[in-house]
This record gives sequence, structure tokens and C-alpha cells, in this order.
Amino acid sequence: MDVLIFIVSGTLAAATALLFAAMGELVAEKSGMLNLGIEGMMATGAAMGFVALSVSGSHSVGFLAAAVLGAVLSLIYAMLTLVFRANQVASGLAIGILGLGLSSAIGKNYEGKTVTGLEELDLGPLSDIPLLGPMFFQQDVMVYLSIVLIFATWYLLNRTKLGLIIRAIGESPESAHALGLKVRLIRAGCVAFGGAMAGIGGAYMSTAYTPLWAEGMIAGRGWIVVALTVFGTWIVKRVAFGAYLFGSISLLELSIQAFGVNVPSQLMSAMPYIVTIVMLAVISRNPVFIRLNSPASLGATLKLN
Amino acid sequence: MAEPTPLLRLRGVTKAYPAVLANDAVDLDVMPGEIHAVLGENGAGKSTLMKIIYGSVRPDAGTVEWNGQPVDIQSPAMARELGIGMVFQHFSLFDTLTAAENISLAVPGTIAELSERIRAASAQFGLDVEPGARVQSMTVGERQRIEILRCILQEPRLIIMDEPTSVLPPQGILKLFETLRALASEGIGIVFISHKLDEIRALCDTATVMRGGRVVGVVDPRVEDAQSLTRMMIGREIAPPTHGAERGDRHTVLEVTGLNYTPEDPFATVLKDVHLSVRSGEILGIAGVSGNGQDALTRALAGEIVLRSDKGSSVMLEGTPIGALGPDGRRALGVNFIPEERLGRGAVPIHTLAENVGLTTHHGGLVKWGFLRLGQRRQLASDTIDTMDVRCGGPDATAQSLSGGNLQKFIVGRELALRPKVLIASQPTWGVDVGAAAAIRQKLIDLRDEGAAVLIVSEELEEIFEICDRIQVMFRGRLSEAVRVRTTDINHVGLAMAGDFDALHAAPVEKEAALG
Amino acid sequence: MARFVIEARPERSVWAPIQVSLLAILLTCIGGSFLFMAYGVAPLKGLEAVFIDPLRSTYGIGEVLLKMAPLLLIAQGLAIGFRAQVWNIGAEGQLIVGAIGASLLAIQFDGTTSPLLLPGMIIAGMVGGMAWAGVAAFLRAQFNANEILVTFMLTSVALQLLYYLVSGPMRDPMGFNFPQSISFGPSATFPILIPGTRVNASLFLGLGVTVLALIFVQRSLAGYKLSVGGVAPGAAMYAGFSSKRAIWLALLISGGAAGLAGVGEVAGPLGMLQRNVSPGYGYAGIIVAVLGGLHPIGILFASALMALVYVGGDFALLTVGVPNAVTGIFQGMLLTFYLACSFLLTQRIRRITPETVPKGAPAE
Repeated sequence: MDVLIFIVSGTLAAATALLFAAMGELVAEKSGMLNLGIEGMMATGAAMGFVALSVSGSHSVGFLAAAVLGAVLSLIYAMLTLVFRANQVASGLAIGILGLGLSSAIGKNYEGKTVTGLEELDLGPLSDIPLLGPMFFQQDVMVYLSIVLIFATWYLLNRTKLGLIIRAIGESPESAHALGLKVRLIRAGCVAFGGAMAGIGGAYMSTAYTPLWAEGMIAGRGWIVVALTVFGTWIVKRVAFGAYLFGSISLLELSIQAFGVNVPSQLMSAMPYIVTIVMLAVISRNPVFIRLNSPASLGATLKLN
Repeated sequence: MAEPTPLLRLRGVTKAYPAVLANDAVDLDVMPGEIHAVLGENGAGKSTLMKIIYGSVRPDAGTVEWNGQPVDIQSPAMARELGIGMVFQHFSLFDTLTAAENISLAVPGTIAELSERIRAASAQFGLDVEPGARVQSMTVGERQRIEILRCILQEPRLIIMDEPTSVLPPQGILKLFETLRALASEGIGIVFISHKLDEIRALCDTATVMRGGRVVGVVDPRVEDAQSLTRMMIGREIAPPTHGAERGDRHTVLEVTGLNYTPEDPFATVLKDVHLSVRSGEILGIAGVSGNGQDALTRALAGEIVLRSDKGSSVMLEGTPIGALGPDGRRALGVNFIPEERLGRGAVPIHTLAENVGLTTHHGGLVKWGFLRLGQRRQLASDTIDTMDVRCGGPDATAQSLSGGNLQKFIVGRELALRPKVLIASQPTWGVDVGAAAAIRQKLIDLRDEGAAVLIVSEELEEIFEICDRIQVMFRGRLSEAVRVRTTDINHVGLAMAGDFDALHAAPVEKEAALG
Repeated sequence: MARFVIEARPERSVWAPIQVSLLAILLTCIGGSFLFMAYGVAPLKGLEAVFIDPLRSTYGIGEVLLKMAPLLLIAQGLAIGFRAQVWNIGAEGQLIVGAIGASLLAIQFDGTTSPLLLPGMIIAGMVGGMAWAGVAAFLRAQFNANEILVTFMLTSVALQLLYYLVSGPMRDPMGFNFPQSISFGPSATFPILIPGTRVNASLFLGLGVTVLALIFVQRSLAGYKLSVGGVAPGAAMYAGFSSKRAIWLALLISGGAAGLAGVGEVAGPLGMLQRNVSPGYGYAGIIVAVLGGLHPIGILFASALMALVYVGGDFALLTVGVPNAVTGIFQGMLLTFYLACSFLLTQRIRRITPETVPKGAPAE
């Protein structure tokens, strides 16, 4: 029973950072913006969130600072691709590298220090329910917010006019422009949202999940987030499912050792990446499946007059 | 009473691009309730003028007045605010959305409210559209009706229609005209862009004729005859291509039987049991509205689609199966292809002409030990430029710096230099100026006269009737049986383009019988 | 009313790429000045520390040349892929596997004096890098799996593989459990070129690859096919240039080149296999390739500049006391500013006044 509690509650926590970043990236990609700089924005968010929390003592300030910096970085990407019409892939890599450099500069003096993590939210009697309580109701507030974010993203994309506009722009920015939709503005907004969410996701890593800052702590999660949108074929519930799947895989390393199975720790560390590669191959092999839901203009350079 | 104020008045509108002066001091007046044609050949500057009115291109000089007030239309959004709507030649619809959702992107209101308004407007103007249907499954005609509805629901005072008939079968054109007349009777001004004289004479009250970026006349098209309009539009006489009697030994060169193909793209047309054969010394024309499978057909013929596993499909070149070969292999055997898109497919936009000549001709001694022979390649490009009279800055000019007509002449010349046994050409004169179009058609006929088999895919029935010997019609992935051009006429082919293949055989056959 | 318009350049410009690179460097210096000010360092002093100080001594120049070799190798390979729009971002992983491949031979034949060992290591390293990139090529060609994501993931896997090997099977048995291999003998290391520095003969590999890249890009049919596929996939399909072949070729070339860079590290300055094989050369190589305009000669200069930034970052730490995290920010800025200016490659800015509107030039 303890194992089940450990897996479920651990997965919920481990998936939280991924969920924030993935929902943000999903919205950006739905508008046609393939922002590959998530890793850099998460790292910057992690460093900034940690420093802001250390200085102010407030988690909210930490998350806010991380979100703002993440959005600012992503707007550089938006400027490169939307104003200067640079290649989306190269631009994403550029801010990824910039973000990693920035994170290391910001966090330099805080390397290895710790802060108090986020407290569990007191849900009163709910958390006392046997089994279900420890599994679901003894988490910090960000875990619940990430679940709210899933539904909010779904509602935004599928039930609102703005969502319709975002999807239309993602399918054909040229047509959307011809209709007079503000393509650059909306795309920049989607990218900024994605950057803010990536920043929050990063900050969750450094201020809640493992409350410490270490350079390189994002460890490829930003890239897994990009992969998640492909696995999820740009459908909110599938992307969320993917995030939980990867959350549970990252628990594997801990649990397998707990069970005393003797495998090299490096193999377990490599597991998320190996699983990502296998899943990518499995999902991508059916082009019809991908074509049906992928934003048609994803990654393409904007060509507007 | 003073002269009524025009809805739209342009004076001295000028727009220059690096290589060409697209609009040179253009004047235009459109009155309320008027259907005003802007007539001109490809490249005359019509599209640029419309983009200026719609705010997507800013003029370098000149004034625009709207209801007598000077305005500076800075964006399409601003144009729409003023009451200017546009129906694009290439639709700006979103395939994955429904008709109502598409319309809601431009018109305020909930989907439910809009669906009501769509139904009402559909009935009023004869535009059948089902609000809840997804665009991806619609025909070209339905898509155009959505475009028009989207425009109407914004309650415009002026509607710009950019070559609206080019995507319609003849019967659809008549229906469109009824709609446009109904709109004009509501006091809406309509700018109707076309290069088809008979349509303009049937529909429009006034015509502004453009040539080389300038206005060369404002006339009443109902009183002018077609010849005088043509002379105005073109500025000189264009001799129709000479088309001799059928030549060669007339053996079958290319034969396709039972071709079935399902594209990977789930929204693309599926080819169903296609049969065709092209003989030496003839031109076969494939008529049909675009999007009925022509793209997949030409790809399957040229080798971009390789038919390895599709059972029963066969493509034979003089009795040898070539279905499993790619474009390179088929080209080596004498099957050449001129694609519809020139920039990005027929030629690499940012590459020079010398580099572009290598795209299809590297078999012909341009490569040695895997290395390019740059001198020879350049020479071949120069020769092509000379033989085809391509106006450009020489072999080092980039493909994108050429006008559509000159680039097409270059591509045609490049393929002809390979001395094809079979030449497949998709929309060979689409968007090409008259002079270049005539030159290209003549080259195709010359090739036929030399005994090659030529296959033309075209939306323009006039072109097909001008140069082809036999016609097949394509509709929803199927191909009709072949008929001889002399035994049919445009109306019957038009019916077949709408799916009624039997109409082809209902055509009068006296001529054929008389000729024996 | 005079205003500026951005319009397509009517012909290709030879100077545009050079202008764009120089502009990016200038903007990076300006951005860097603000960065130094944030650290309380006089901008000019900071820039001097990064860009000038390393070139004042033979040692400094040697370090720059040392770091230039792997960057040059990696970037030449990557650029060929990028021209074909095949985005290999996993050169770091291919470098690691190349280093492992070369080290396997060096450890196996430890003590030999055979002159064949080093050439053998070079081949092993190249094959290692190709194999690692080949996985991505296979998955992209057969399963359509995005090569950007796969090459990145493979880098993370390669890193874990390296950690495993140096802490286990390839660890020096006499090394007090340090996670590193034995030190390689003289026949398994590149000779030093300039006494008193660490510059070694692997720089010649980089220069050789540059010449080969130049020939490949400008004269070979295969290079021409790749470039067509990159700038106009529709034209490549029409011409019959196989996109799968392009993917394989682009990834094998870039993987092989990165593998060579890995050999240069273990058989050069490191002299052994250890956890830190590369200080991010694989990622910096992406920047070098782009900054060099994807042109072999441009990359030659860009790799020297990037090597200078690496060494200059270390110098700045010592002389003006800014953390060497600035290296990363400088790299990011170089790429960002290059991309921001890159529209000038195909566009130009023109000032329009009513007088400059040409009169009478007839349209087609």
C-alpha cells in the first residue's frame, strides 16, 4: 500500500514541472511557434525563482520572478522569429543557450544552497481519507494548480474564441493575416505564456520539488516537454497523460533501487531519454496521426507582407 | 445635381518593386451598386492594385478616397473597418475548422448566432453553405461560397473579387454571377478582377483596362467588342499557335492502367482506377477544376509517387513498366515533367539559373566522378536563356528575380533540352503573361510535331481547346474516357468537370463523322 | 513622405553574410558591455579581457587554437546538415561516443609503439560518432522521428554511457577509483605543434575537414542535392533527390566530424577518457556553424572567434573577476544577434522618398 501511495503522490509531484512547461509549450505550438528554448527558460526560471525566494522569503515572489523572466526570454524568441523572420529552430536553440548561460550567471552565488520547500496545502478532512488522502491530498498548491492548468488550457483552446483564433493562426498564419487577425501579437502572446509557464515549471523544480539550485538541474526536462507535445499529438489530455507518464518514470530510479534490483544507476538515469526516443519513433511513424492534429504551420518561418 | 460621389476613388497610385513598376499612376473610380471590372493580363498590376485597396500593400505614391474622404488604408483590418471586403483567389479558409467557425474569425457573434445569419444570407443570395460542416471535406465551389458569405456578413460597401471564376466550372460561374448581381442591387460596389473577356462583358457595368502597370482605358464592356478589348489589354496582336495535323507514327508512348493511389495526407484526393494513354505526336489534355486529383496524378506519372505496392496500378513507357522508378529514373528514360509551382518546385528560388539547370539535367554530362562541371552547367543555362528568349540578368540571376513568365520559359526550355519522349506539363501557362504563354504553347506544339507525346493538365478550358488533340476530364480522383477535341465543346466538357462524364459523349459528333 | 521599406535583394550578395556576422559581433560587444557593467567591471576592460588578453601570449594563442580544433570539426559537419535542414543538435553526444570509441583502442593497445594506433583511433572515433548519429538518421528516415529531439536525447544517453564506462569497465584499475581511464601513451596521443602550448596536430584534422567541406559544398553533386533539399524540399522531390538519403548523409557526416572532435580531446589535451570530455563543444559548434553562415570559410573564422570567447571567459574570470558563466551568455548573444540580423542575408533596407520612385520602368 505504501508503494502505491509513493507512486501516485510521487508521480503527481514529479509531473508538475513538466505540466506547467508542457501546457505553455502546447499553447505556443498551437499558434505555430516551435519554441525549442524551453530548456533554457526552465533553467532560468529555476535560478531566478530560487534567488527571488532566497531574497524575499516568499514563494509567490519566486514564482512570479521566474514567470516574468521566462516570458521575457521567450519574447526574444518571438522577436527573432516574428519581426526578424529568423528560422524557428535556430532561434529556439539561441534562447535555449542564452537561457542556460543566464541561469548559471544568476545562480552563481547560490550554488548548492537550500531553501524551505513549498508546504503542503491543508485540505482539512480530505487529506485524512485513508489511502486517497496521502495519494492525492497531501500535495503543495502548485500540484493542484498544474491540474487546474490542464483544464484551463483545454478550455482555452477548444471552447473560446481566442482558442479558435490561436488554432487558426497555427494552421495558416497567412490566411489569418489576410482576415485581419493580429498574427504577430497573438503568436507573441502565446509564446510569452509558454515562457512564463516554463519559468514557473523551472522554479517549481528549484523551490519545491528539490529545494536547491544546482547548475544543470533541469537536465533535459525542457526537451522532454517539447517531445511531450509530439507524443500527445497536440491534444491537451494526451500531453497531460504523457507528463504523468514521465513523472512516474523519473520515480523509477528511486523505486528500483528501493526494491534492491541491481542495475547500473546510469541506465536508470538514461531511462527517460531512452523512453522518449522509443515513444517518438512509435508515435511519429504514422504520418496521418501526426498530420491530423499538428498545427500545419508549426516551425515554418512567417511570410507576411 | 452634382455628380454622385464614388465609393472608392484612386488617383495616381504608384507602387514599385525592385524589378518592376507594378502600378504606375493608376486612377480608379467605383460607384455604389456598380460591378466594375479590372481587366488585364497576368502581370498587368491588377493584384498589386487590389492589395493596395485592401491595405495589405502600401503605395509609394498616390491618393485613395473613400466616400469622398481621403484615407490611408494601412492594414486589411482598417480596410474592413471602412467597409471593404475581399474574396481571395486562393482562399483564406482554415481546413480544420467548420464553415461557421471560419466565418466567426472575421465576424463578431457566437457560433449559434452566426449559423442563423449564415442560413439567412445563404437563402437571400443563393449561396448554399452548411454552417457546421468542416471545410476540409468541401469542394472548391463550396469554399468560395464560404468566402463570399464571410465577406457579406461583414456588411461591406465594396467587395473585391480576385479572379473568382478561375476555380469554378462553367455552370458554377453563372450561379456566381447571379449572386453578384443580387449584391450589386443592394448598393454594394463590386470590383471584379479577371482576364476573361466574355465573363466581363456578361457581368460588368464598367471596365478599367490595365497594361504594364498603367490604366490604358475605362470602357463600357457591354458595348466594346472582344477584339478591341483584347487589343487594349495586350497592346499588340498575338497570333494563335499554329497547330498542324497529327504527326508521327502514333504509337502509344505512355500508358496508365488501373491507377489507384491513396495519399498520406488524409485530406487529399484519392485516385481511383485511372486509365490514360498518350500517343506519339499528340497532346492529351486533362481538364478539371483543381483539387480533383491532378496533383497526385502528375506526381504518379513523373515518379514522385512510386507505385511499388499499389496492386494493379501500372505505368508503362513504350511497353516497359516504369511505375517503380523515381523521377530520376524516369527522366533518364525520357519522361519529363513541368510542375505547376515554379518557385520552390520547378526551380529553387534562391539558387541561380545556372544552379537551377542542374536540378533535372545532371545526367547529361554535367557531372563527372560525382563532381559538378560548373562550366558546362553555366553554358547550358546560357543556351536555354537564349533559345527561350528568357529576359533575365543572365545565368547568375536568382530564380526568384525572374517574372513568372520568364521563369516558366526557362523551366520549359530546360526540360525541352532533354529531348523528352513524354512531356507532362501541369498548368503550363498559369499566371504567365500573354506573350510568354503563346511562346510556351507553341513550344509544346512543336514538341508534339516532332513526334513526342505531350500531356497537359489545365484548368483553362480555352487553353485545352487551343492546343490539345484529345481531352480527358478529372473529377474527384476519377478520369473520364478520352474524347477528341473536335467532337466536343466547352459546355459539354464543363458539365463533365462538374462530374457528369456522360455529357462528353452527348456532344455532337457530326464534325468527326464528316471528316471521316 | 520618406520611409524605409524592407525588400528582397534582387541578386545574391557575397558580402551580406560577412556584414551580418560582423554586425552580430558588434552587437554582442555592446550587449557584453552591459553585462560587464552589471558585474561592476568597466566595459572596455571586460571586453579587452575576453577578446584581446588571450592573444597577448603564446600560451593564450595556443589555448585558442586548441579549442578551435573541435569547434571547427563539429561546425563543418553540422553546417552540412543545417544546409539540408537536418538539425543535428546532438554533436555533444556524438563527440562523447567518438571519444569512447577512440579510447577503447587506446586502452586495448596500451603500451604499443605502433604508428597505426593513432590512425586507428581516428577511424574508431569517426565510426563511433557516425553510429550515434546513425541511430537518429535511422529513426528519422524509417519512423519520421524528429531528429532534433532524438539527437538531443541521445546526447543525454551518451553522457550516462560515458559515466558508466569510466566508473566501471573502462576505469583505470590503479586509479584509486577515480572515474577516469588510464593515461594514454605517446603513440595514442597527437603530437604537440607549438612547444609551450597544448596545441596539437588535431588542428590539422579540422583544417583538412574544412577543405573537404569546401569541395563537398561547392563542387559535389551530393552537396548540391543536400542544399536543394534544404532550401526547397519541393524542388528536391521534383528532381528526385531522396530525402532519406539526405538525412542519412547529413547525419553521418556531422556525426563523423563530431566523433573526430572527440578523438582530438581524448588523444589531445585530456590524454585519457574522463567524465568531462567536452565543455559543451557540441552545442557551441551549432553557434559556430550558424555564425559562419553555414559556409566552410566563414566557419573557419567563426570557430576561431568562438574559441577566443571560451578562452577569454576563463581570462576574464582571472583578470577582472567575472564568473565564466559569461561565456555562455556571450555564446547565446552571438547566436541571437546573428539571427536577428540574418534577415539582411536575403533582404535589404531601402529608403523611399517620392523622388526615388522610378518613373517609366515598364512592368512585365
